[in-house]
Amino acid sequence: MNTTFKAMAAAIALGLPALALTTGPAFADEMAEGKWGEYQVGDKRSGYTYAGPETRAMQDDEFQNPAMLWLDTGMSEWENAAGDAGKACADCHGDAEESMAGVATKYPVYSEETGKMMNLEQRINFCRTENMQAEPYKWESDELLGMTAYVKNQSKGMPVDVSIDGPAKEFWEKGKEFYETRRGQLDLACTHCHVDNAGNLIRAETLSQGQGNGFPLYRLKWQKVGSLHRRFRGCNNNIRAEKLPYGSDEYTNLELYVTWRGNGLPIETPAVRK
Amino acid sequence: MQRKTSAISAMVATAAVAGLALTAPAQAADLVDYKVVDDWTIPESLTGQPGDPVNGKVVAIDRKLGNCLSCHKMPIPEEQFHGETGPSLWGVGNRYEPEHLRLRIVDSKVINPETMMPAFYRVEGLHMVKDGFEDQPILTAQQVEDVVAYLMTLTEEEPQTN
Ligand code: HEC
Ligand code: HEC
Repeated sequence: MNTTFKAMAAAIALGLPALALTTGPAFADEMAEGKWGEYQVGDKRSGYTYAGPETRAMQDDEFQNPAMLWLDTGMSEWENAAGDAGKACADCHGDAEESMAGVATKYPVYSEETGKMMNLEQRINFCRTENMQAEPYKWESDELLGMTAYVKNQSKGMPVDVSIDGPAKEFWEKGKEFYETRRGQLDLACTHCHVDNAGNLIRAETLSQGQGNGFPLYRLKWQKVGSLHRRFRGCNNNIRAEKLPYGSDEYTNLELYVTWRGNGLPIETPAVRK
Repeated sequence: MQRKTSAISAMVATAAVAGLALTAPAQAADLVDYKVVDDWTIPESLTGQPGDPVNGKVVAIDRKLGNCLSCHKMPIPEEQFHGETGPSLWGVGNRYEPEHLRLRIVDSKVINPETMMPAFYRVEGLHMVKDGFEDQPILTAQQVEDVVAYLMTLTEEEPQTN
């Protein structure tokens, strides 16, 4: 299967075989010393580096990673003609492995058409409604999660590189403000958990930096793949704050800010988390 | 200290910052009045009743109530997974009097505006509170008293492990 080959090629490019193939105490030592290879860039650390060894192993092994099922859905949807235009993604974009390589590293991007930020899910649905004259995929449907993960997977191992220049700047500022504003009955901001306390336990969970580079990802608690916006809703809900709609402007701006925080980290999609 | 404030002025100040003073006159009515002294203590029981330390422990553990273990280590070995974003509460009964602990739990932001610790008995100045939780403090006045009474029983210091 070409995804297998591709994952291996990406792993080789990243110098990951040492991590993936070394088992036992050597592996543990490497982790204990805080050498996270590509998963750490300066102070930025992927959620992978805070995850337990079983979770990491599940992510690393393509045959164990349950998210691969969603990637398969994305791959077949890529070829699937839909809508009044009778077109599939492949009719305009050809081979995803070529045309989509690197694309996801730039998202969310400012869209001239809508005058606001557009994340990958919204771009996919924009193509469906505008170019295919098809129904947009529903948020959190297997199709949208699968397509987003499939497209993002074509950039696996490439550094996140969103721009906040020009028109994106004001949306970045809104996202930053959201990130730093206390909300909910527990009166907490994202910063309290993911900046001030990354690495600390909150009950049984080790707080990470809340990076977005592995999304959409498979979460054991969800028993399925989920989007970054689903994670935002979960974190908002945990502090007894209002959950905002999937794809809302607020969450898309927040996604820009969260993604920008992780500029330089490699895309990991599809990651696995607890 | 310049501010020997009453509960009323503290509440008005908080409400005014949030722009709520005139728009939501009814909401504070359900909370009992209390008096903060020196931004540091609430000397009197919120309910006029003593707290029940046994119930206080239940409230402290309950994830829907105090959920104190999410952030604090406590001398409760039967509960797994103690958080570490706040200081350990072992021996906290030796370090404070009830009047200090009462303000800490009612509204620790009076002591440290930057703190992560939620105010357990305050409804003003919150944003985007989830439906069903608006205008409700996390704990009732008596639950606050119960937790204070429980914390005062925590006089054992944490055993040194290394
Ligand atoms: C009360 C603590 C708390 C707050 C506040 C909080 N989170 Fe989280 N968040 C968690 C926990 C616990 C997890 C799961 C462990 C981890 O990855 O940190 C998590 C996970 C995440 C993840 C997934 C990271 C990964 O690698 O899987 C993202 C993204 C995230 N949070 C973003 C946010 C944003 C954005 C906000 C504010 C809107 C926020 N969080 C507020 C506790 C919190
Ligand atoms: C979301 C995190 C969080 C939760 C939940 C929380 N606390 Fe705290 N608590 C803190 C932090 C952080 C501090 C450190 C002081 C500060 O930030 O001002 C603290 C300080 C304290 C102190 C002072 C300790 C000392 O040694 O000075 C007491 C007492 C306390 N908390 C009790 C409680 C109790 C009782 C509960 C539950 C009813 C609780 N806390 C819930 C985060 C939390």
